[in-house]
Amino acid sequence: MELFEFYRKDRWPHVFCPGCGNGTVMNCFYRAFNEVGRKLDETAFVGGIGCSSRIPLYINSDAMHTTHGRPIAFATGLKLSRPELKVVVFTGDGDLGAIGGNHFINGCRRNLDMTVICINNNIYGMTGGQASITTPHDFLSTTTPYGNKEYPFDLAEIAVAAGANYVARWTTRHVHELTKTLKSALQKPGFSFVEVVSQCPTNFGRRNKMADPTAMLDWFKENTVRRDKARASAVDHVDLNLAGTVTIGEFVNRDRECYEELIGVEKHGH
Amino acid sequence: MTDASRELFVQGNDACVEASIAAGLKFFAGYPITPSTEIAEGLAQRLPKAGGVFLQMEDEIACISAVVGASWGGVKSMTATSGPGFSLMQEAIGYAAMSETPVVIANVMRGGPSTGQPTRAAQGDVMQTKYGSHGDYQVIAFAPAGVQEMFDLTIDSFNYAEKYRVPAFLLSDAEIGHMRGLLRIPDKVKIVNRKEKGVKRDDEAYEVSDSLVPPFPVFGKGNKAIVTGMTHTDKSKIEPEDAKVHSELVTRLNEKIIKSRRDINKYELIGEGSKTMIISYGSAALGAKEIATKDGNVGLLRLKSLWPLPEEPIQEVAGKCEKILMIEMNLGQLYWPVKRACLEAGCKQVEFLPKIGGDPPTPSEVRNKLRHMGAI
Repeated sequence: MELFEFYRKDRWPHVFCPGCGNGTVMNCFYRAFNEVGRKLDETAFVGGIGCSSRIPLYINSDAMHTTHGRPIAFATGLKLSRPELKVVVFTGDGDLGAIGGNHFINGCRRNLDMTVICINNNIYGMTGGQASITTPHDFLSTTTPYGNKEYPFDLAEIAVAAGANYVARWTTRHVHELTKTLKSALQKPGFSFVEVVSQCPTNFGRRNKMADPTAMLDWFKENTVRRDKARASAVDHVDLNLAGTVTIGEFVNRDRECYEELIGVEKHGH
Repeated sequence: MTDASRELFVQGNDACVEASIAAGLKFFAGYPITPSTEIAEGLAQRLPKAGGVFLQMEDEIACISAVVGASWGGVKSMTATSGPGFSLMQEAIGYAAMSETPVVIANVMRGGPSTGQPTRAAQGDVMQTKYGSHGDYQVIAFAPAGVQEMFDLTIDSFNYAEKYRVPAFLLSDAEIGHMRGLLRIPDKVKIVNRKEKGVKRDDEAYEVSDSLVPPFPVFGKGNKAIVTGMTHTDKSKIEPEDAKVHSELVTRLNEKIIKSRRDINKYELIGEGSKTMIISYGSAALGAKEIATKDGNVGLLRLKSLWPLPEEPIQEVAGKCEKILMIEMNLGQLYWPVKRACLEAGCKQVEFLPKIGGDPPTPSEVRNKLRHMGAI
């Protein structure tokens, strides 16, 4: 599939700022989607509110741009009414982890067959750079002008604890690993969760001495630790994340039965 | 369509369950809340056997969101709740109105505000049903006054939601939801299905013009549908800054319901032409109905649909009588728009009997008020 068969060219220009990481994630997703042979007409895309949640609107398929924080809940109803569709959710740290936290943990627990991609830029980008639940400790934002005194959520660890079948985290610096992970996620039956730590030079980098997008990519390179290595060195990876260093890699890959199998909904015809 | 007519002795909430199955419900998401829980429990039992999905979710926001999502899969979907849950659902109700998603929401009303009286009846959510979400929008709402009507108006809620691509509400209350009575399930039920994009059919949903209610692009059928709560063009292009696009869209969303008011209006008229008319609905109308049936000087206009406000039947009644008494189980909600309609129709004396606390107004309370008004 050509790039412009995949994207809705008539909906461009897009809303993303120069240097935004969303394009990188979209590109990796497009490649993964193509390589695993998924079809657009058999896939529905759902987003919440925020920059990353706009991605479904640019993809040339059925798309639902929902309310803030609820894309997983909307996707749950859609999936159960049309189980033959692959449902992919694009969301962000604020949408998924803050206002939508309850739907996130219960979505993982329910283990419905869907892929949720959270582009975590550590900030509320669309509204102009307020602290989010993943803003690192002591970093600056418009609502933490004296430094963020809270500690960030570890979204991937939450997904593991809550029961998702597949969980991985990479950054926009790790495009090959991310593409491979997205392929695994798209092929995995059950709830697959991929967190992509991404750069928002406009509203995060600019206030934290990383206005240049490449400075942020360097930061990702220097401040990430492979989860398997963190484990091997007996360092608690959760502590790593709180200290401003991010663990990356595949967190879990298991085969709990999906909800729709358990209730037999696949048998319901239309 | 059910296989044969049946008679059951059940409570109002059970009648809602039976009706939703008969109407073709295929997806229900609910969260336990008194006094609506029996609807979820009944559907947990019945829906999987009727080829549908029952889902208990983490909160009411998730329920209404999933119900909207399921509707885009092309199936009839519903949730049931009461006051606090209804408050949580408001944002997504606005989304359903903006995205023109057919959904049914049963609200078995209880006393509020806040946790209030979970087990007691009230009619405190009538204005919230119409105005609870932000922005200008219209909905369709029905108010049953008995077990059989809980069935009939649930069917209507589905049919009108489908026909006009709008959230439709069954505004019941604890009294009607838990009241037991005879339910006759007819062997044939009139069913309206949404007008689907790319499908030609010859039925009621297709009577409304595409410019008022556009055909519904079901997901998974190659429509490349875009659904959004943002201001959008008729080609689903997001244009939040465009005044013309916004004005045209929101005006149409309102007009498609307002202009169809005569099609939606439902009411019962007893003692037409009486000098004094009572206007009421739901369980608040039960005491008044007893009086209107017996007393030749007092009539009753019992509204079965509340939104859009049935202006025509109200004004017709108000234009021919001297005194009007409005009865509601709240401190004055539908009273104000009804009073405005009555005054416009030329009726000078429009009075109000409010009753809160959980019990519907008794016939003697209604008679006392009528005596004070000099009506009897």
